[in-house]
Amino acid sequence: MSGKKSFGRFFSENAVVIIFLLITVACIKPSGLSLTYIGQEMLTRLGRDSFLVLALLLPIYAGMGLNFGMTLGAMSGQIGLILAMNWNLRGVDGLIFAVLAGTPISVLMGYICGVVLNKAKGREMVTGYILAFFINGVYQFIVLYMMGVAVPIKNPAILLSRGYGIRNTLNLEGVRQSLDNLGMIHLGPFALPMATYAVIAVLCVFIVWFKRTKLGQDMRAVGYDMAVAEAAGVPVNRTRVLAIIISTVLACFGQIIFLQNMGNFATYNAHDQTSFFAIAAILVGGASVKRATIPNVFIGVVLLHVLFIVSPLAGQNLFGSAMIGEYFRQFIGYGVIALSLVLYAWRNRKEIERRREGFRGGTAGAAAAPAEGVGK
Amino acid sequence: MRKFKTMVQDFGWPRIIIFFFLVALFIAAPFVRVRIDASIGDVFNRFGQNAIFVLAMVPMIQAGCGLNFGLSIGVIAGLLGSTLSIQFGLHGIAGFLGAVAFSAPFAILFGWLYGKLLNKVKGEEMTISMYVGFAGVMLMSIFWLILPFTSPNMVWGYAGKGLRTTITVEGYWLRVLNDFLAIRIGPNFVFPTGELLFVALCAFLMWLFMRTKTGTAMTAVGSNPDYARASGISVDKMRTVSVVLSTFLGAVGICVFEQSFGFIQLYGAPLNMPFAAVAAILIGGASVNKASMLNVVVGAFLFQGLLTMTPSVINSALQTDVSEVIRIVVSNGIILYALTRKTKVAK
Repeated sequence: MSGKKSFGRFFSENAVVIIFLLITVACIKPSGLSLTYIGQEMLTRLGRDSFLVLALLLPIYAGMGLNFGMTLGAMSGQIGLILAMNWNLRGVDGLIFAVLAGTPISVLMGYICGVVLNKAKGREMVTGYILAFFINGVYQFIVLYMMGVAVPIKNPAILLSRGYGIRNTLNLEGVRQSLDNLGMIHLGPFALPMATYAVIAVLCVFIVWFKRTKLGQDMRAVGYDMAVAEAAGVPVNRTRVLAIIISTVLACFGQIIFLQNMGNFATYNAHDQTSFFAIAAILVGGASVKRATIPNVFIGVVLLHVLFIVSPLAGQNLFGSAMIGEYFRQFIGYGVIALSLVLYAWRNRKEIERRREGFRGGTAGAAAAPAEGVGK
Repeated sequence: MRKFKTMVQDFGWPRIIIFFFLVALFIAAPFVRVRIDASIGDVFNRFGQNAIFVLAMVPMIQAGCGLNFGLSIGVIAGLLGSTLSIQFGLHGIAGFLGAVAFSAPFAILFGWLYGKLLNKVKGEEMTISMYVGFAGVMLMSIFWLILPFTSPNMVWGYAGKGLRTTITVEGYWLRVLNDFLAIRIGPNFVFPTGELLFVALCAFLMWLFMRTKTGTAMTAVGSNPDYARASGISVDKMRTVSVVLSTFLGAVGICVFEQSFGFIQLYGAPLNMPFAAVAAILIGGASVNKASMLNVVVGAFLFQGLLTMTPSVINSALQTDVSEVIRIVVSNGIILYALTRKTKVAK
């Protein structure tokens, strides 16, 4: 009995990971891809995406849910890269410049995002999502109309032929994979971008260290219960803003790492899917709105991307149409986010109901709702 | 003076600003050689196209389910209905009504499931509905490829299967509502009487419904669920009814949209439709938990007016295409404003 129960519990707590693992494994065979190829792709994508996904952790600790506003950081990073391209900076220098230029912008963006989210407590996620749309409009205005007019752009190669505005696709030739190639190690059939991994490792260490600082502890307290934290003298609003600022700055760095690996970017769309992929990844890795760990990030990135690698080909081979695989993978991405949000909200409600039953003394409540599975 | 102030506050600054912006656009239009009669005609037409989507927001807001970011679920049902109508070769007004009729069972089924789901996640409806909508659109995209439609007007010519991305309704039921009793003044102005009458009918039915026993119960659930439960109303049932209604209106809305627009757009097209409707009802003065018919009409009119006038006027004036950016900033700015406002205590 108890064994059955604990299995059920294990399943319900890890439902998303388990379902996802099953789908992914089922897709590997029909895709016809070799394990070596999948492994190499996975290693590349681990370097490309992990940093972005790690940026989501702090707001979750602070109880602000999944930071859909990370897109703001991504846009800041892109502005940094555009400026680096403008001055024709190459290699790691270019990346460092992009980071230096992007950081102040992302701090400002993070501050705005934090203040807005503080005004929308309880619906941070949907607000962050819409805020990203809103700032996207501002970003397009600046990049498409102001660059070359108010912001001097010297490099004609990145400018639209009409004299202002940045080209739709930006070639990052100068900085392409400059971080990845810095310490590339070839191990058997695999190439490992060690420098990128090192940066990611440093971030992980930072996060572990940060959780132990005063500010990190404050964040956990705010995330646990805002009212209690306030009573204990934690400046709640300030802490929440700081969590978002750090997350936005990290997203800025993350986007720069992501784009240097890709090698070129769609100036006006590259950030559209950033939060979608990152959030799908962390949820696939078993995180919830309230709880996330560093392992969740890596499990998620690996699982999500293996599925992304295999699904178009699996669709092609199973149904004779690559489009089916493509739609399937998008469905899975959105579906996973929906599913884990549903599971989380549902569990939360069960918890509230259980507590309410406790208030009623278990007499009135027993008739209203079947208590099975709700009790301990 | 104080009265004026409260009036302004009730109406809300964003609405006033947008209203005056729109008025300014209309005044400026003749100076940049934009035909004002054609523009007004366009505004009416687009109002009719989109008003039902905006109307679809009302039941869920009233029942306390928040803004229906998952309206695309209803749109999908409507798309199924309209493709079926074309598949069976229905023409004219029968084609349009057929599309609505075919979509009804899907809308009710989808809405019922969607409502059941939202009942399990009270308090988190908005984010979840958004992703349920996205996932639904993507799942449906797979079905558009594999459903056994055969009408040569709809499937890809070379493969003979799988629906096209855009399907024309020309020759079936193009503009059947628009042209019904349409008033033509001069070469450029057409008043789409039938379409607006249909919108008015839907709005009236909704208004009536909100005053029936079920409608009142729904509002009660939205205003105070505990009180509603205490007076013997099944909260979950009312919420489900509201979601089904909203989904059905989404389906009707897309049928109205298609007959006026001329095309059925499949695959990714419904992804962003809910956002326009959400923005419109919020511009109209609704909040996250309160909406009226007036909000729908004012909102749809202001928002569509803005969408029609900004491109033509601003683009002619500045010789750029900056209007798309204005649209993004304004519509999302409004949603943001509504989400960040402290919920006012009901008067």
